[in-house]
Amino acid sequence: MQEQELPVAIHVEDLVVGFGRRIVIDHLSLDVRRGEILGLVGASGGGKSVLMRTVIGLIARRSGKIDVMGSDIGATPGCRTNQAAQKWGVLFQQGALFSSLTALQNVAFPLRENATMSDELMTEIANAKLEMVGLTSEDGAKFPSELSGGMTKRVALARALALDPAIVFLDEPTSGLDPIAAGDFDTLIKTLQKTLGLTVFMVTHDLASLNTVCDRVAALADGKIVAIGPMSELLRSEHPWVKAYFHGKRSMMLQPKVM
Amino acid sequence: MTNEPLLLTSANGSALELRPTGSWTVGNAAVLEQLSASIAPQLARAQSITVNMSGVRELDTLGAWLIERISRHFADGGQHARLVGAADDYIDLIEELRQVNRRHDPAATKRMSIADRLERLGRAALAAVLDLSAFLQMLGAVCLATFGVLRHPRSFRLTSLVYQIYRVGWQALPIVILITFLIGAIIAQQGFFHFRKFGAEAYVVDMVGILVLRELGVLIVAIMVAGRSGSAYTAELGSMKMREEIDALSTMGLDPVDILILPRVVALIVALPILAFIGAVAALYGGGFVAWFYGGMSPVTFIARLHEAISVTHFEVGMIKAPFMALVIGIVACSEGLRVKGSAESLGKQTTTSVVKSIFLVIVLDGLFAVFFASIGM
Repeated sequence: MQEQELPVAIHVEDLVVGFGRRIVIDHLSLDVRRGEILGLVGASGGGKSVLMRTVIGLIARRSGKIDVMGSDIGATPGCRTNQAAQKWGVLFQQGALFSSLTALQNVAFPLRENATMSDELMTEIANAKLEMVGLTSEDGAKFPSELSGGMTKRVALARALALDPAIVFLDEPTSGLDPIAAGDFDTLIKTLQKTLGLTVFMVTHDLASLNTVCDRVAALADGKIVAIGPMSELLRSEHPWVKAYFHGKRSMMLQPKVM
Repeated sequence: MTNEPLLLTSANGSALELRPTGSWTVGNAAVLEQLSASIAPQLARAQSITVNMSGVRELDTLGAWLIERISRHFADGGQHARLVGAADDYIDLIEELRQVNRRHDPAATKRMSIADRLERLGRAALAAVLDLSAFLQMLGAVCLATFGVLRHPRSFRLTSLVYQIYRVGWQALPIVILITFLIGAIIAQQGFFHFRKFGAEAYVVDMVGILVLRELGVLIVAIMVAGRSGSAYTAELGSMKMREEIDALSTMGLDPVDILILPRVVALIVALPILAFIGAVAALYGGGFVAWFYGGMSPVTFIARLHEAISVTHFEVGMIKAPFMALVIGIVACSEGLRVKGSAESLGKQTTTSVVKSIFLVIVLDGLFAVFFASIGM
């Protein structure tokens, strides 16, 4: 494997994040390579979302270094992070669509704010994004409160991709979707990643999507990355938490062949 | 090689070759859109076009769509468009964009005919009727819940009532006292200033006493409560509705009116008269202060004049109105809260409506009471 040759999209070094006296992320280091899909797993409440939100600059860190596409995140609040923000798109767990805008307007919003173009072109691009995530132009006229869970996630993904970012952060993209919709969403992420050449950082609990779409999987336990590598490698890991995670009853049921 | 996007053209007879170069990405959107529009006349003349993609350094959805749009526009005219030299990385993206925006939805043109205006008027009238019916429904539901509580007093949520009284009554005290004190002081000051011209300073006390006890005390307090507590009720119930908490209550076989609304409305009915009383007293204090320091009327004289000027009737008139105003504020706030829909915007809209409507109704009610008390000679 030519692992070392791939340039790094996200570089996290010695990161510490905590709230009050509780340390959530404890001297964590992680590299995400350009063009890969990295899945992050960890216990509920174990700091996965905190790690993601720190990397995108929403939570202040205690110490350490975060470098996303060459920008230092969180060192000087505001300006550098804002610059970097144009290089990534974020899919929040609940979609976080603007409830006063239609689906189409939601997707057009980043375009309107960050690029100069005619309204006609903007609508075409936004509509193209909606169709790329598998929605129709009729769906574009709906308000977020009229969308189903799966459609909300798709619109949110289209909005995250509006500016063709280099990196996409996905916070539990398949949670709350039925297995068929979740499978479709996985395929969608894989396809888009291929066509648009994205780097995907995905927080997930969905063992099926870890297995099918992720190039590498990182396991977060006790505030550290305890194992990282392709799925097959993680399945061989000896770390007790990783073992419990991937060899529990539910996991065995899902992947009898891998074992 | 520069990253500045360019669109080179070379015509060979009726065949046109387009050679986009540089970065065809969203960062250059304005330039790109101009470029693709500028070749329109050449496109119109050409019989066939070839798009040579070999010079493109970077391509994203926007760039790919613009190129697709050019060739599609051309192909729509029954002509032939060809794409050559695209890097492998971009082929997928271009193929993907071939599929999109195929269906032309009937453009939502903004026309405003007379029929539309009439429709709007009709809808507004209907909305007013629905508003009234929502108010009456909530009033009915609260009455029903009250009867239910009277039959089974144990089902009443006493803890909730006490907590709500603490919030809308006790916590509102400082601001109510401050504002009514100032209002009383201002009325007295204006009275002294103007009455002095014709030597009627003694009647300032009558004016302050009657105005504050009959009208202003309760009205000001009701308006403040509508703005302070009514809006809080609407926002609370509205966000509970948004988060399906109210549906959750219903599925447990509990009536949201019993649990959430009745204690809130009753708390207002209990708290508002108390606040109005305290407010009226504070306003009299304010008037007395100004009379002492500005009008040169000693507190003893002020109190003696007050004794002569006002009777218990004035006080009763003010106090009788208070619970009714509280009921109106509570019902409006709760019914607007339950009408919140999914979006954050609707929460804001309903909260505004709640405050505006309850202040309006409080003033209308005050007017009706004025007519009523005048006709029964109070």
